Amino acid sequence: MASSRTSLRSLAQAPRRLYSGAPTPAAKLNLPIDYKTTPILHHTSSSLSNTSDYPAGATSKRLNLYQAINSALRTALSKSDRTIVFGEDVGFGGVFRCSMDLQTEFGSDRVFNTPLTEQGIAGFAIGAAAEGMKPIAEIQFADYVFPAFDQIVNEAAKFRYREGATGINVGGLVIRMPCGAVGHGALYHSQSPESLFAHIPGLRVVMPRSPAQAKGLLLSSIFEHNDPVVFMEPKILYRAAVEYVPNEYYTIPLSKAEIIKPGNDLTIISYGQPLYMCSSAISAIEKTMPGVNVELIDLRTIYPWDRQTVINSVKKTGRAIVVHESMINYGVGAEVASTIQESAFLRLEAPVKRVAGWSTHTGLSYEKFILPDIARIYDAIKQTLEY
Amino acid sequence: MLSRAAVRQAAPLKCRAFTPLARRTVTTDAASANVESPVPQEDDKLFTVRLSDESFETYELDPPPYTLETSKKELKQMYYDMVAMRRMEMAADRLYKEKKIRGFCHLSTGQEAVAVGIEHAITRMDKIITAYRCHGFAMMRGGTVKSIIGELLGRREGIAYGKGGSMHMFAENFYGGNGIVGAQVPVGAGLAFAQQYNEQPNTSIVLYGDGASNQGQVFEAFNMAKLWNLPVLFGCENNKYGMGTSASRSSALTEYYKRGQYIPGLKVNGMDVLATKAAVQYSKNYAITGNGPLVLEYVTYRYGGHSMSDPGTTYRSREEIQRMRSTNDPIAGLKQKMLEWGVTSEEELKGLDKTARANVDAEVAEAEQMPFPENTARNLFEDIYVRGSEPKWMRGRTVDETFYY
Repeated sequence: MASSRTSLRSLAQAPRRLYSGAPTPAAKLNLPIDYKTTPILHHTSSSLSNTSDYPAGATSKRLNLYQAINSALRTALSKSDRTIVFGEDVGFGGVFRCSMDLQTEFGSDRVFNTPLTEQGIAGFAIGAAAEGMKPIAEIQFADYVFPAFDQIVNEAAKFRYREGATGINVGGLVIRMPCGAVGHGALYHSQSPESLFAHIPGLRVVMPRSPAQAKGLLLSSIFEHNDPVVFMEPKILYRAAVEYVPNEYYTIPLSKAEIIKPGNDLTIISYGQPLYMCSSAISAIEKTMPGVNVELIDLRTIYPWDRQTVINSVKKTGRAIVVHESMINYGVGAEVASTIQESAFLRLEAPVKRVAGWSTHTGLSYEKFILPDIARIYDAIKQTLEY
Repeated sequence: MLSRAAVRQAAPLKCRAFTPLARRTVTTDAASANVESPVPQEDDKLFTVRLSDESFETYELDPPPYTLETSKKELKQMYYDMVAMRRMEMAADRLYKEKKIRGFCHLSTGQEAVAVGIEHAITRMDKIITAYRCHGFAMMRGGTVKSIIGELLGRREGIAYGKGGSMHMFAENFYGGNGIVGAQVPVGAGLAFAQQYNEQPNTSIVLYGDGASNQGQVFEAFNMAKLWNLPVLFGCENNKYGMGTSASRSSALTEYYKRGQYIPGLKVNGMDVLATKAAVQYSKNYAITGNGPLVLEYVTYRYGGHSMSDPGTTYRSREEIQRMRSTNDPIAGLKQKMLEWGVTSEEELKGLDKTARANVDAEVAEAEQMPFPENTARNLFEDIYVRGSEPKWMRGRTVDETFYY
């Protein structure tokens, strides 16, 4: 507790800062993520082809996240003429440019704008999917999805459960949405509602961490699964995260977590953008505490999630921390922590910690205070190791 | 496997070629009114203005009178309000470009006659609720320029303590500033229900854009309002574009004043502050005398893009914007009429311009000097629940950051 008081006090005494993203001059840990060097991304094409997720010997190109999504959508539209892409302003390329040029290439009967009607978009997509189409619906911001919540929860998720012996399903239905904070989104452009969807059996909830992951996971959601998928894209990564992405069609299995950095002393479970902060915190702790080796797991699919990979890891390390950006209350961290204590209790050397967003709304100039940061993760690692 | 033809059939935009252009048949001329007898000398003596025959279109409704009682004083106030509003929006534009305002920011330049015309037709006891293009409404409802600009700048003295920013500002009998497209419309029906229940002789003005008019909850609100005969004036601010999508590409029926089906409608020239005032005055009286709701359509135009990240020129021609600016501008239109009618002189108008600008600029400068919020946990956790009734504690990122109220 003493250390936390100090950190809160230093927070209060910090010089006047503008909006999130600007580190204080005294910051040692909370520096901006260097996306050009982070080990999370494939900075060379050879590092990409050494990874089992990606097709061997494939040609690849450096893309940022929105370009990778664009490439996945293009691949999907080319692969099957049952694929359609629609949403608000999608025809012009979408507010984040994810559907750029697709209307020109595939025509306005396959890539089109919808009215501002989220509930309608979701319902329309469900109906099309039930008829064998592969609708990829875009909700402009995850914050706007709530009018569609009824359709997603009551119609899409329960479709299979209700259809009796008719065999109709809404496989191929993917609802994409940009999520997460960028520094100044305030109340309605910052939210990350994955745990709300992860509460619903029948849905698959996916959040990729990088461009190459996004393409594989999105194509997998469209073509490899017969269940509705909520696909959440951390919008801060759209331009920031750039890496080599295979040009061709490939898929990455859903509900399969990935150990992105092996280690023996502690397991961090996270997904999406906070993985970059975890990675920075890990390299800082491994420098200040020589010999320590932290394992980092990307859940990738938040629901149904890969319990086995997580449990195996914690059984090995005996310590775990869950990190996510969305609010801590009833969040993904609660589910993961509880599952760990159910399945690996006797191996635990310390309580499972959660580092997540504060239980409050995102005030315009308060983002930097309420979201997980590198210092908090670093501190959690230290406390857990020293428990 | 579906055939390609079937796929085609399923696509809704195939018929785009046949969609007629959005009909906006009322005039958007901001200088279309006239006076028949000389304007009185006295500043506050009423005189009659005759509105253009093309000011209104109605649906299942007798049109409002084509005359409006006004005074020199009121015209000057309307002019001042519109000039001040535009000046404030221009200040927001500058501060955004200077990167002092961050996040989302939607300006209403070009649409001033709607907010000003409405305010001059109602009393402070009537209620207004609108979407995110709300700075002008907040100002007309009594929000100070400095509290509005302070909010945009994220300052503690902003109108919502700097927590909301551009889209979120409340004032007395002004219910925001709402970020979610269409979500304010059923809320507005609720406001009107309370007015009816409490037997207040007031109305609720519920505004939304042409884009939002396709949200399901708009229709749900229509139904409740008519079913319970609520004194609510739904109002579509039709500025022709929902973000970058023109009305005819998003709406099966672009005559938004007919969208209420079983609710009478009134389309009004929203570029003319006098026509707007006349329409709202008439509608309020209609609603509070037990006739129930109306659906208004304010035909207007935004000069800028949807938000600061939209240059506003990719989905419409520069000529169109230029034409609206140079021939239909609400401020220039009123100015022309005031001079023509001898309401004021060129010099007095210049004086009004100068005062409006000086007042706004001074308040903007004050807002820029406002302190940023203190970095305290209390600020971050306040107002989630009613003050004094909060739970004992709320969680931070880690257990150590738990805040005890």
